Amino acid sequence: MSAWVRSAAWSTGLAAMLAVVVVVSAAIGPVRIPPAEVVKAVLNALVVPVGIETGSPSAGSLSVSGVSLAYRSPFAFPVEGVHQQIVVGVRLPRILLAALVGFALAAAGTVMQGFFRNPMADPSIIGVSSGAAVGAVAFIVFPVALSTTVAFPLVGAVDVGLSYGAGVSLFAFVGALIAAFGVYAIATQHGRTPVATLLLAGVAVQTFLGAVISYLQLQAGESLRRIVAWLMGHLSGASWSEVAVTAAVVPPLFILLLVYTRDLNVMLLGEEEAQGLGIEVERTKRILLGASALITAAGVAFAGVIGFVGLIVPHMLRLVVGPDHRVLLPTAALAGSSFLVAADTVARSGTAELPVGIVTAAVGAPFFIYLLMSREVHEL
Amino acid sequence: MSSDPSSDTSDTDPLIEVRDLSVSFETGPVVSGVDFDVERGSLVGLVGPNGAGKTTVIRAIKGTITPDSGEIRLDGDDAADLSAREVSRRVASVPQATELAFDFRVRHVVEMGRTPHLGRFDGHGPDDERAVREAMDATGVTRFADRSITAVSGGERQRVLLARALAQETPALLLDEPTESLDVNHAVRTGKLIREIADGGRAALAAIHDLDLAARYCDEVVVLAKGGVHAAGPPAEVLTADAVGSAFDAEAFVGRNPATGSPAITAFDALARDDPSDPSEPPVTVPSDDGDTTDEPSVTDRDARRVHVVGTGRTAARIAARLVAAGHELSAGVVPAGDVLAGVVADAGGRVVTAPPFESVVPSTREAAGDLAGEADVTIVVDRDDGSEGTESGRTGSGGAGNKGPDPNEGVIASAERVVHVGADASERQLLDAVRTDGSYGPEPSVDERIE
Repeated sequence: MSAWVRSAAWSTGLAAMLAVVVVVSAAIGPVRIPPAEVVKAVLNALVVPVGIETGSPSAGSLSVSGVSLAYRSPFAFPVEGVHQQIVVGVRLPRILLAALVGFALAAAGTVMQGFFRNPMADPSIIGVSSGAAVGAVAFIVFPVALSTTVAFPLVGAVDVGLSYGAGVSLFAFVGALIAAFGVYAIATQHGRTPVATLLLAGVAVQTFLGAVISYLQLQAGESLRRIVAWLMGHLSGASWSEVAVTAAVVPPLFILLLVYTRDLNVMLLGEEEAQGLGIEVERTKRILLGASALITAAGVAFAGVIGFVGLIVPHMLRLVVGPDHRVLLPTAALAGSSFLVAADTVARSGTAELPVGIVTAAVGAPFFIYLLMSREVHEL
Repeated sequence: MSSDPSSDTSDTDPLIEVRDLSVSFETGPVVSGVDFDVERGSLVGLVGPNGAGKTTVIRAIKGTITPDSGEIRLDGDDAADLSAREVSRRVASVPQATELAFDFRVRHVVEMGRTPHLGRFDGHGPDDERAVREAMDATGVTRFADRSITAVSGGERQRVLLARALAQETPALLLDEPTESLDVNHAVRTGKLIREIADGGRAALAAIHDLDLAARYCDEVVVLAKGGVHAAGPPAEVLTADAVGSAFDAEAFVGRNPATGSPAITAFDALARDDPSDPSEPPVTVPSDDGDTTDEPSVTDRDARRVHVVGTGRTAARIAARLVAAGHELSAGVVPAGDVLAGVVADAGGRVVTAPPFESVVPSTREAAGDLAGEADVTIVVDRDDGSEGTESGRTGSGGAGNKGPDPNEGVIASAERVVHVGADASERQLLDAVRTDGSYGPEPSVDERIE
């Protein structure tokens, strides 16, 4: 059976599992909603574009400069209005953000473990998480002007100011990319980036940024609590706009990574071998690193540093589906989604909400230890 | 197979051309001025001491290291202008050792050899399946194709990597120690397989540390030593005692493998180049190379002598080989025709006086041998393994040429300037010292020494 067929079969199964986890998660909360009701509410919220209108926007259309995209809702199941609002307005954005972040972190973790041929590699290994943390913490401690009006020609004055949450996310995203690029630049000499140097540069930069974070925490004063919450990872207060931004960034990068899975397989033989088999090694490394850094940055920008998803989910799936990245990458990403949605459901369903990072570590580590003890893992 | 138009070059260019290649690492130059071709249908062996740059040259051809200067041409095109993919359709390589941490199945590793011929999302077509199957059959990998690569032995892994390179179906093949961790059976099978691949019109370049194997299978041998090409050409011409000795800083005897007829190289520790004029030096083996590689003593500097050997059988042959390796010029006789001693001395280019076995030695033969002994600085008389002397008369097959009459070699020994009797258990050091004891070339009064 071809690897892609196997990949599609596994992915279909895991996507179905993710759908179930999402529905169950949306049913759980202070207000219990029957799963059937959840499904109906979600279907009611679906819209399909039906055509393009010009002229004044009517109800049920999205309008940009007088051209409207008409859409309609194909389903109209009878759902209690409060339930519809809770599922679609409150729970679903948070669940979908969890799914996207889990997807991104597990995908990046899979690629990093293969890239570094190292079982301890995870998405933060090239400094992405530390960089994001520095950016976010810096913004929390020294929030810059939150509202700026810029005059654009044609459009006129537009408020490009950041909401507080968007500011944290933007700074986290930019911090992540700067850190990743710094690590890459440190490790690159004469156009070559040895993986071992990259790994060590990542460790060094993470240590340095850790010091910066500690110093900022000392200076934080009253915002320390927010810093701690961000550093532990959180999905509370997720909005549809955050979901939309993440959904716009993560899937294209995932597809780019998927395109390079065969190269990643060959790179496991060693870089010289990969080159001998026709892979442009340095270019492939740059693409894999860049896409992984971006997808991780997109994940941590809104959710903070959520550990363990990118480390253990790829391991678990490797035990199940084997090391072929054509199968491993999509399955690990989907499993990461399910894992983080489930973990976040646990995090928010207690009496006091926990940071989801605590749950992923507390649930993930024992399960990982169980896997290690029940199956002898000699190799990756 | 690929239909890449850029690979449709003329069939006359050598598949691999190395032109004036120089490579250096941060620690200094590794090789410089390396120049050789690998033609279609030929198997070229790259031999040389450890650290001579065999792997470096192979890596430069693969394109994994950038040379300081010089050019690599693959099938007529400068490799520097080719993409990794184009190179990978012309040259496949079998690495010396590889890290395979993830537990892919053996079959999957071989299938990766098809990567240069596949688009990103292509599945394996019938051509790919055939190439993989043939490669696994040829290397004997099929039997364990479904095992994990991490669960096979080192030798099996090496064959898997060879299968992967074969599945690549390139016109040229680079092999870095392809037989290193193989058992004798698979080493020979691999040698034969590579030979067949070359005979089929492809080209192969193999770094080989086993000189005998190189001599047996290669059309040409390139000896890398001391930062460049030390010698190059057909094995019989290149793998001489002199070339091997100076390339490897060893003393070598090049004979002929009785089973295969190809040159067989035996290397000895370089005792002969210890300074013999310093008697205070303890008679232990010390490395002669004190980092002074530019000023290698040539054979004549090594205090070479004309040595005549009298004896028969394996012990005499072994002693003769050791003396040849030390740089001495040998002659032998009278030796029964077909004796191993005659073969060794003849292989070394020495004169041998033989006589048909089991017949009386005619006086002219005895005189010829006596003349050789007379010319020699020293005549070595090799005792038989049982302790008796090879010159004892009346023994079947002993010293002389038969069991009839007095031993003809008594006369030969009588004409010698200086005679040293050597027992079967004399050490190399004792042997070499005895030959050089007087430290001069002039005729000496006949002495009769005996070393055991």
